Amino acid sequence: MISKISASIELALEGIKDSSTILIGGFGGAGMPNELINGLIEQGARDLTIVANNAGNAEFGLAALLKAGRVRKVICSFPRQADSYVFDALYRAGKVELELVPQGNLAERVRAAGAGIGGFFTRVGYGTELAKGREVREIGGQMYVFESPIHGDYALVKAERGDRWGNLTYRMAARNFGPVMAMAAKTTVASVHEVVELGELDPEVIVTPGIFVQHVVKIERTVTAASGIKS
Amino acid sequence: MSYVKLTRDQLAARVARDIPEGAYVNLGIGLPTLVANHFSPDQEVFLQSENGLLGMGAAPAKGWEDFDLINAGKQPVTLLPGGSYFHSADSFAMMRAGHLDIAVLGAFQVAANGDLANWHTGDANDIPAVGGAMDLAVGAKQTWVMMELFTKDGVCKLVDRCSYPITGVGCVSRVYTDHGVFSLGAQGFQPLELVAGFDAASIFSKRHA
Repeated sequence: MISKISASIELALEGIKDSSTILIGGFGGAGMPNELINGLIEQGARDLTIVANNAGNAEFGLAALLKAGRVRKVICSFPRQADSYVFDALYRAGKVELELVPQGNLAERVRAAGAGIGGFFTRVGYGTELAKGREVREIGGQMYVFESPIHGDYALVKAERGDRWGNLTYRMAARNFGPVMAMAAKTTVASVHEVVELGELDPEVIVTPGIFVQHVVKIERTVTAASGIKS
Repeated sequence: MSYVKLTRDQLAARVARDIPEGAYVNLGIGLPTLVANHFSPDQEVFLQSENGLLGMGAAPAKGWEDFDLINAGKQPVTLLPGGSYFHSADSFAMMRAGHLDIAVLGAFQVAANGDLANWHTGDANDIPAVGGAMDLAVGAKQTWVMMELFTKDGVCKLVDRCSYPITGVGCVSRVYTDHGVFSLGAQGFQPLELVAGFDAASIFSKRHA
């Protein structure tokens, strides 16, 4: 019997090697898989490249991973936050490399990897600092820049419900990067708040089909200001 | 001659008045967010938020915040009946392919050739961050800028060429300011309306100062 349900976060993450590229879902706190990131800190892999929309808040989750000195490079769209002081200090000290990508290009580069696309041309970023050195092409009278796919060794995503085949649903705006990141990594680990029996997820509303998911880990629904229901 | 410039809310109401019913609209972070408070009750507009919401509603009542339901500024919001959730790649497809009718964005500078600068001051000490600014600037059918006309130091933000790093090339079609509304076309900035007593010529003299 196939079961992708992992008994623990530790087991789900044990295959992560040094120098891996890790795709991490979330926009601000919504959809941020903090429990999996804490597991990654304990797991010990270093020299990581992290692909995420933001670069961490205060000293938890992604910021804690950065603070632990495990990250060589961050590929993201919006590292600057009111409380992104861990990233800010590392960046200013030259201790972490930053590849800044417009948010839609980030999502589409990840989607391209997940869809087997070798890159794409987009108008976004043309003529700006962020497209310096990129191949450009005129298509239909408009200027486009070439963007390459972003593949992950692992994707860590926060979903809402999952089953033993790895099918996932999400909750509200916590969906954001989860579905495309799940497609773009060799191994996807999803945390869920509920593990349900096969057939309990309505096939009409499954967002990520199980083919894109290798490990599902149940986590408690915690009451925090940054993630999920507050009270 | 003296004049009274628009308050932030008056400016927001002015922008809201020009958004047609049925439009799909993304309101940028900061000043543009205020526009949402000024639609008339019978003016149905679809608000998109790039983190994956269409049909975004007002802020929730105190105590009803749900931090899985936030806007692009990471503040708690609500979803209207009929609203939908989607992933980030679909969200930016809505912009990039021009499904979105109007993006209303803040700006540091807008140039006479339609270039927009709103993501980075170019200061080497600043942590650069772009988010969805570049995607919004070139993706929507129309990109409107909403801003105060002058910086705190009195420098006009309508310029001949952007000195800050640009967000998008030739993408702005209209600029709403606390001193008046300007269209952008082959002739550069054209005042559509100005607050009473404000002389547009003074902008252009300040621009070249």
